Amino acid sequence: MSMNNQGRPSSAGEAFPASIATISGDRGLDHEEALIFELGHGATGVDLPDVKISDARLGGVRRKAAIGLPGLSEPEVIRHYVRLSRMNYAIDAGLYPLGSCTMKHNPRLNEKMARLPGFGDLHPLAPQSTTQGALELISQLMNWLTTLTGMPAVAMSPKAGAHGELCGLLAIRAAIAARGENRKRILVPESAHGTNPATAAFAGFTVDEVPAKPNGHVDAEALKAKLGPDVAAIMLTNPNTCGLFEGEIIEIAKAVHDAGAYFYCDGANFNAIAGKVRPGDLGIDAMHINLHKTFSTPHGGGGPGAGPVVLSHRLSAYAPVPLLVADGAGLRLIEDQTAVPQGARPFGRMCAFHGQMGMFTRALTYMLSHGRDGVRQASEDAVLSANYILASLKDVMSAPFGDGPCMHEALFDDSFLEGTGVTTLDFAKAMIDEGYHPMTMYFPLVVHGAMLIEPTESESKASLDRFIHVLHGLATEARAKKTERFAGAPHLAPRRRLDETAAARKPVLRWKPEPIKAAAE
Amino acid sequence: MRYLPLTAEDRRAMLAKIGAPDVDALFRDVPKSALAPLSAFDLPDTQGELEVERAMSRLAAKNVAAGAAPFFCGAGAYKHHVPSAVDHLIQRSEFLTSYTPYQPEIAQGTLQYLFEFQSQVALLTGMEVANASLYDGSTATAEAVLMAQRITKRGKAVLSGGLHPHYAETVETVASLAGVVSRSPVTPGSAEDIIALIDDETACVVVQSPDVFGLIRNLRPIADAAHAKGALLIAVVTEIVSLGLLESPGAQGADIVAAEGQSIGNGLNFGGPYVGLFATREKFLRQVPGRLCGETVDAEARRGYVLTLSTREQHIRREKATSNICTNSGLCCLAFTIHLSLLGEEGLARLARINHAKAGALADRLAALPGVEVVTNAFFNEFTVKLPKPAAAIVEALVQKGVIAGVPASRLLPREKACENLLILAATETNTDDDFDALIQAIKDVI
Amino acid sequence: MSEVRYTDQHEWVRLDGDEATVGITKYAAESLGDVVFVELPASGKSVTAGGEAAVVESVKAASDIYAPAGGTVTGANAALEKEPSKVNEDPEGAGWFFKMTLTDKGEFAKLMDSAAYAKFVESL
Repeated sequence: MSMNNQGRPSSAGEAFPASIATISGDRGLDHEEALIFELGHGATGVDLPDVKISDARLGGVRRKAAIGLPGLSEPEVIRHYVRLSRMNYAIDAGLYPLGSCTMKHNPRLNEKMARLPGFGDLHPLAPQSTTQGALELISQLMNWLTTLTGMPAVAMSPKAGAHGELCGLLAIRAAIAARGENRKRILVPESAHGTNPATAAFAGFTVDEVPAKPNGHVDAEALKAKLGPDVAAIMLTNPNTCGLFEGEIIEIAKAVHDAGAYFYCDGANFNAIAGKVRPGDLGIDAMHINLHKTFSTPHGGGGPGAGPVVLSHRLSAYAPVPLLVADGAGLRLIEDQTAVPQGARPFGRMCAFHGQMGMFTRALTYMLSHGRDGVRQASEDAVLSANYILASLKDVMSAPFGDGPCMHEALFDDSFLEGTGVTTLDFAKAMIDEGYHPMTMYFPLVVHGAMLIEPTESESKASLDRFIHVLHGLATEARAKKTERFAGAPHLAPRRRLDETAAARKPVLRWKPEPIKAAAE
Repeated sequence: MRYLPLTAEDRRAMLAKIGAPDVDALFRDVPKSALAPLSAFDLPDTQGELEVERAMSRLAAKNVAAGAAPFFCGAGAYKHHVPSAVDHLIQRSEFLTSYTPYQPEIAQGTLQYLFEFQSQVALLTGMEVANASLYDGSTATAEAVLMAQRITKRGKAVLSGGLHPHYAETVETVASLAGVVSRSPVTPGSAEDIIALIDDETACVVVQSPDVFGLIRNLRPIADAAHAKGALLIAVVTEIVSLGLLESPGAQGADIVAAEGQSIGNGLNFGGPYVGLFATREKFLRQVPGRLCGETVDAEARRGYVLTLSTREQHIRREKATSNICTNSGLCCLAFTIHLSLLGEEGLARLARINHAKAGALADRLAALPGVEVVTNAFFNEFTVKLPKPAAAIVEALVQKGVIAGVPASRLLPREKACENLLILAATETNTDDDFDALIQAIKDVI
Repeated sequence: MSEVRYTDQHEWVRLDGDEATVGITKYAAESLGDVVFVELPASGKSVTAGGEAAVVESVKAASDIYAPAGGTVTGANAALEKEPSKVNEDPEGAGWFFKMTLTDKGEFAKLMDSAAYAKFVESL
């Protein structure tokens, strides 16, 4: 038989030291990548005809100077962004234990549906007879949201959670003004997310903080004591930012209403109770729903979000335009504030057009896929997973409210790190070296060095076990004061710790061209 | 259920570890009266991909996509061709499914593209600094007004009659909390005398160019007049491609630019998600709302990027924040910056020239029709015509003929009698001569 | 003869005749971390005891600085605009924030002396 003499060695060979200084500065698949401005070289990534035009109809405002944009071909552009993408952690790649962010799986069917030309290629001001399918989609989504929450109405236009909070507070403001009253104070728990007091101030109210009890729940007695004829509303998150369900919420709602005030609920943590508890049954008046949290629309590196707001009978009249109505001819958006149905008194308009349709399509696809039983199961699994983590780690980490069950997120503090020389920050950065995005750190502010972990229902038990094993190991080492892996972590990420002080003291917020050097040199 | 990895066996093992008999024991803090049974929710049960796709496709099929007919709608959202590479890249897991870059060591991809985006926006608008995007052009305009009120410590905001009515309503909804917002009269096709409305109490003047009727405005005299009275000029741009051909607002003296970036990288999407561009002078930096990405170095002296100046934002400043905004437009921002990187200087300039040429050709053909008058004499890719009859009815009739003819001004300004017969049309690189033929013929048939 | 006193909000006040200089203590500067920005009051601004007078920012936090007593601001440390790091380097010297005249020197006398402040910090 003929022999192939051209073989080559196939064993692992001698092990050289792991880190060699490379000539390129890259490290294997970890490529460094310059700025697009540094890479541009007058090439182009599009082929467009060079059309000559006259200035006659440009109002004398034709651009004279160049803009300064870099030019690259398509392969260069694709390589640039592919390389950038590879420096990012993502849910598709690993567990993201961020409390209150609900980093659940982003189903790909959602992306496909959002890109159907009938949705994606539809102009918001096209004649309404040509957009009935889109209006029907919005109507179906509104039905899901009102049914899941047990509320009679929903305002769809807010573009994000914080925008939804503003919408809710402006509706409350309008309702109070309609009663001829002037209430300026809003009660906000000290554990609240920063958007709550920021939104209240934005909407023209003063913020009055309500303390938390040592058990992590809002101090209902203190809250009731603060109620008065000048209180417009309370803003509560439920489950709260410590991951606990506010069991006294129905009594609180009653006291609030008896005092003539309104109950705003921050719906960021709806993933714990969707399909199981209806916020409407708890007495709330308004709640924004983060479609990018509970309903899986992708976080996209920071946005876009969507924050529709469900409204009670007390507030539904004040919903902003546009309003979606059904009449003989079909569905119709009413955009004119003076042409609204009898009884509607919109407080205004939150933004141009109708809302985040792209997110509506994705959210409805998610809802249809899960069904009511799937939504309920997802909430139960989310709560189960968080409790599994709490039960598995509370012996080695410190859980300030660990005596009882949590909801969909488990809260730890830095007591277990006391005297070790390891801070919450160091602990979190060491997680990066272990291949995990850190949990939410230093929030809520009511515990010291908070670590808030929300696994969501998208993690398998194997994934949870692996996460628990790693955190267990890190906590054990920290407690034993073995600080090597913590000091200066992360060591293995695309970047080490970055100098945020310098970035804030001397902000450099854009690329600037080098001054052109003199020709003679 | 295909998105839920836990099996019944897993759940049993986990409950055992927790020491709970069942999952409802974990909900013990919920008042019994508030625990709803599944039957309380009148909604369908789980469905597979096939059924869901069928249901959604049926809904999609009830709409007439812009690409399915000769199409001329603008008025704040524009149909442009987005190169295939854009949508492909934004669907990469690391972009699509990543979070806000609060842990910069493992988010340099996001942070670097935000830095590049901020740089592109600053260059386009001719301003010194830009943020990492807001929700859209309308909320960016509202934020600009609030910022001007904070900077000047004055409450009066004057809005041009040419400002997109949805933008004006958005501004009125929030900015009137901090002062008085007044709108100058609507004068389609001509510049109103906004300078006469600026006085010593004015915080800002808000002028859109090209305006909602398509008219290109000369911002320089307005900027000078505003500055003379200690007020700021806020320039609004709803068709960002126009900056490929027109003088930047910064070069004309604008203090803040609030713009809609949808035209670059992002489809029409029935109104959202879009991307708000926000740029201003460096001296106003600390009053800027939204996220900012800055350059720095890491512990090994390698260049890197971080979110910075966060003390302006809600998660730190809480009730004293410059805004309550938490998200930016993330993925839409990325789509914008990728598309602009593909276009480059020359591509954007060509794209802008093509748009203007198309609109010019369409305007000439419409002007030749008896009874049709082109009202806008200086425009980019959008202009207004006056028809002999109410435009809304004509548009509906044209739908029956398979043409989506543009936005009747009455859709945006239903109470302005003078706008009843006005039709706003946009023509972009996506329109062909066949589209124009179809439109002209259909209009002839209908009027 | 100048005398330094302290508030329970970790401000120090040095009284030289009629003029008081105000800054934050070493303890406060250390708790804040790297100072990146300082917002100083304008000359002529009148302040009340415990009222907001300035803001100091680190990367992750913004803290209000309160006037230790009532009076009028006469000047601020412009050097902090370019070099906020002075607050960390020398908080009780070159990192001073602003100067003011006091309406009522009695309010100054009520503040903690250095021994009392040292005890106060220990108790935290």
